[in-house]
Amino acid sequence: MVQDNTKSFFLFCIAYMTALVSASLLLLSSQAVAQENPYFVAYDHNLEEPGNLEIEVFSNFATQRRGNEFISYWTEFEYGVTGWWTTEFYLDAQSTFNDSTLFTGYRWENRFRPLKNEHFINPVLYVEYEDINGADKILKEIEGHDVEADNAPPNALLRQEHKREMELKLILSSNYKGWNFTENTLAVKNLSNEPWEFGYALAVSRPLGLKGAAHRCNFCAQRFIAGLELYGGLGDRYSFGLHNTSQYLAPALAWNLPSGWTLRLEPSFGLNGNSHQFLLRYGVAHEISGFGRMVAAMFTGRH
Amino acid sequence: MRFGGFFTASVLFFALVAIAGKAQDAAKRPEKESPYAELGKAPEKYRLKQNPMTKDAEAPLAGRVLFEEHCAECHGQNAMGTKKAPSLRTPEVQNAADGTIFWILSNGIVRKGMPVWSKLPEPQRWQLVSYLKTLGSTPPPDQSASRP
Repeated sequence: MVQDNTKSFFLFCIAYMTALVSASLLLLSSQAVAQENPYFVAYDHNLEEPGNLEIEVFSNFATQRRGNEFISYWTEFEYGVTGWWTTEFYLDAQSTFNDSTLFTGYRWENRFRPLKNEHFINPVLYVEYEDINGADKILKEIEGHDVEADNAPPNALLRQEHKREMELKLILSSNYKGWNFTENTLAVKNLSNEPWEFGYALAVSRPLGLKGAAHRCNFCAQRFIAGLELYGGLGDRYSFGLHNTSQYLAPALAWNLPSGWTLRLEPSFGLNGNSHQFLLRYGVAHEISGFGRMVAAMFTGRH
Repeated sequence: MRFGGFFTASVLFFALVAIAGKAQDAAKRPEKESPYAELGKAPEKYRLKQNPMTKDAEAPLAGRVLFEEHCAECHGQNAMGTKKAPSLRTPEVQNAADGTIFWILSNGIVRKGMPVWSKLPEPQRWQLVSYLKTLGSTPPPDQSASRP
């Protein structure tokens, strides 16, 4: 009990410090205008610009049969280390209606772009470590035999499971005549000696306007990017395939504002009986340019 | 303990990747290579490309908005360059073919920190080229006045 209280207090301190630092950064920083695709699940090959930090806050409302509906939320800190390496840290939480609200864990992901130049198909390698509990419901990736029923038990029961997982992805993405096409294949290994699980995400998107406007504008067509995602599990190494997996189709929209903010919205529809019938994902992101230099200046005093 | 070991190993791994990457970049880079050397590497196919926006009077204006949004952070508001990225008003850039600049924008110079801008649709990249070519080699009035 004492240990639980200490842990909660520690997590509260981390969350408080994170919120404080994020707010300070947003107030003090110079913004960069993002050109973000609307995807929530799939990744394309466009990495974060070097030295820029993007802070993203996302939510996911889900309907739940034989259980309580829930809203999960996660905060992402995405930093461009170099032109070929982007690293990202996530904090996950969720609120289940008529149940409780809890912090569910963290993730650390890295994306590497192995090729120097742009090609028709551009590969990106993705490595993620996650330390989450069984009550994590952000549904950022659907893998293996993840199904709606997994999220039905009460949080008190779900949180007892502890997952430490390594996730690998091969991202293949192309930009062609304003369109982005991306295909992600993922393999996940629970480090507690469980079998490899697999999943996929396919996505396509396009800005509503390809030409830039001759003046700054919030509502011109170039600011809106519409897309479609198809994603789901592919079973595990012992039962590969679509049997007993969940699958989703999701139209998505991103609005990239000239102030450096990006708003995203994505309703997802379950395609089979194992899927949540409906998910509504939404989020806001802000890109801070020159974050690396700001941190360096903090310690060296040089600007 | 098991987690601690794994975490330490991961941190060490990524630190090594970063150091190795930096070392590799440094080894490949000839001493004091011109920041404009990459312009000479554009394939002929791209060099010969014509800017489809040349007859669009609004292209440089749109290019300017795009420049301020995406490029000014590194190249400076007036494109005179900063510690992070070189000036775009030099003869190397101003005399380069439109297609060459378009190629640089599309491919970036990833190992040297210039991002790939293929996420901007082609028309917007050409609008940027149109704007850059209007800058000329002379610094803007306020810059030249402040110089000795």
